[in-house]
Order: sequence, then structure tokens, then C-alpha cells
Amino acid sequence: MARMKFLVDAERCIECNGCVTACKNENEVPWGVNRRRVITINDGVVGAEKSISVACMHCSDAPCMAVCPVDCFYRTEDGVVLHDKDLCIGCGYCFYACPFGAPQFPQAGAFGLRGKMDKCTFCAGGPEADRSEAEFKKYGRNRLAEGKLPACAEMCSTKALLGGDGDVIADIYRERVVRRGKGSEVWGWGTAYGPGKAGTQPPAGGKS
Amino acid sequence: MRRATLGAAVLAAFFLAGCGESPQVTVYKQGKYQGKPDAQSWTNDPPADQLRGSTWTKGDRGSWESAINQRAMGQNEDVRIYKQ
Repeated sequence: MARMKFLVDAERCIECNGCVTACKNENEVPWGVNRRRVITINDGVVGAEKSISVACMHCSDAPCMAVCPVDCFYRTEDGVVLHDKDLCIGCGYCFYACPFGAPQFPQAGAFGLRGKMDKCTFCAGGPEADRSEAEFKKYGRNRLAEGKLPACAEMCSTKALLGGDGDVIADIYRERVVRRGKGSEVWGWGTAYGPGKAGTQPPAGGKS
Repeated sequence: MRRATLGAAVLAAFFLAGCGESPQVTVYKQGKYQGKPDAQSWTNDPPADQLRGSTWTKGDRGSWESAINQRAMGQNEDVRIYKQ
């Protein structure tokens, strides 16, 4: 059973923003809404600068789903977290709950009116007829229904951004790490839980 | 006397009601999706050739998944560089 995920290889990302542009173009995302953006840390520090591309990570236990007061979120059978814009009241709870800042709100007017939430759909559209005009206008293109992967991942020039079934892209990433001999620590224990040395075992009794 | 006893009983019941222990922690229940149903990707016809998507058998989830996984492997340039 496929479970759609994104994975970013920080060793490869060159901060070209091609993924951001591809997403904007493919889904005709309005001005002021960024479904995807590139984050850079240690900007300008030689050897320490790293970039990653961030959007909705389609969490298996999504906090946005948990906090939504009108229950407009759902998860498709292939693991993509989507929402119904007809139900969304634009309250912004999902924005506060999301650790990735994925939910976006179109701003209109001088008083900061907040429109209905918009976020990355993994190019899977939304609850309208697949590949219809209504679906495209509300949610963007449904590439999964065309047998394609998200435009951001397919357009990535260095293939830093991988998208697809979690098992498949994890295999691709693992193969890279083995070949180049580094990078396993990027998303590993040390990065998440402490300054442990790369490649060392996690503390006994800890989660791995 | 009887009235006083009754009054005392009512007062005691009133004050003792404050000693009851009702649960103070809200147990949150996961909400259920309230929106419109959405079709699954594999229930669609494969796209026309000019869209250059993958091909699968309509309604067959397995064939859609293998098509999409095959496409995902296109992101692995190591296959193209080292294994040709």
C-alpha cells in the first residue's frame, strides 16, 4: 500500500527555488500563498550552509486534522492529507498546529482578512471531480490522477527533493547515502534529539 | 423541629454537592471528516498520451501503484548513471 511522502536531501539542495516555481506554476497558486518554500540555515557560512525544501509533509498523524474545528481534513488511501475548502472557515488553527508552517492563508484587504486555507496537496487535487476545472481552481492540478508525481519533485534539477511512495524514495535515499558515505545523519537521531556524533548508536532504551 | 431538620438536610445536600468529583480533563475525540467524498486516483482513466502520464488499468489500485512507483524510480539517477 503506497504512502506518499516527500524527502529532501540537504546534501543536494542548491537553493534554486525550482520546486517553489514549479508548484506555483503547476497549481496557479495566488500571490502571497507559498505552498512550498526553501529554508536555508547557516546562510553564507562556507561548508555549513544547508537548504531544504519544505511544504506539507502529509503527516501520518497530522496535527492539523486533530485541531480543525470543522473537520475539513481527510487522508486519502495513499496517505495524502487533503482538505475541503467548502467547509474551511479560515480560523487558522491548523497553521498554529502545523510544525512545518504548511497551511497558507490568502490575504485580502487592508485589514488582513483571512481566506480559506490553502496548502500543498501532493498534487492530488481535492474533493471535486478528478481532473475537473472546479478541482483545478480550488486545489490545483491533480497529477496523481494522471499517474504523475508532484511537480516540485519531478522538476527538481538535482533530485534533492524526492516525492512518492515512502518505501521507494527511502530506498533511493539509502542508496545515495551508501554510495557517498555520508548523509545518514541528516535526518537521523542526532539531528532530531541531540548533538550526538554522527553514526553513533542512540542511547540505550531510547527510540531509534 | 421537623422543618429545621428538613432545612438542615437540604443545606447539607447543597454544600456536599460541591464535594463531588467530576472529571476535570476533557477527553478529546478525533473528529470525523465532514466534507465531500473524494475519488481515488486509480478510479480514473489513464490520461491521454499527450499528457505523458503513466498507464494503469482503471480501477486497479495495484497497477496504479506500480505505475507511480516506476515513475518515482525515475528520480534515482544512480540507476541511469551506474547501472546501464
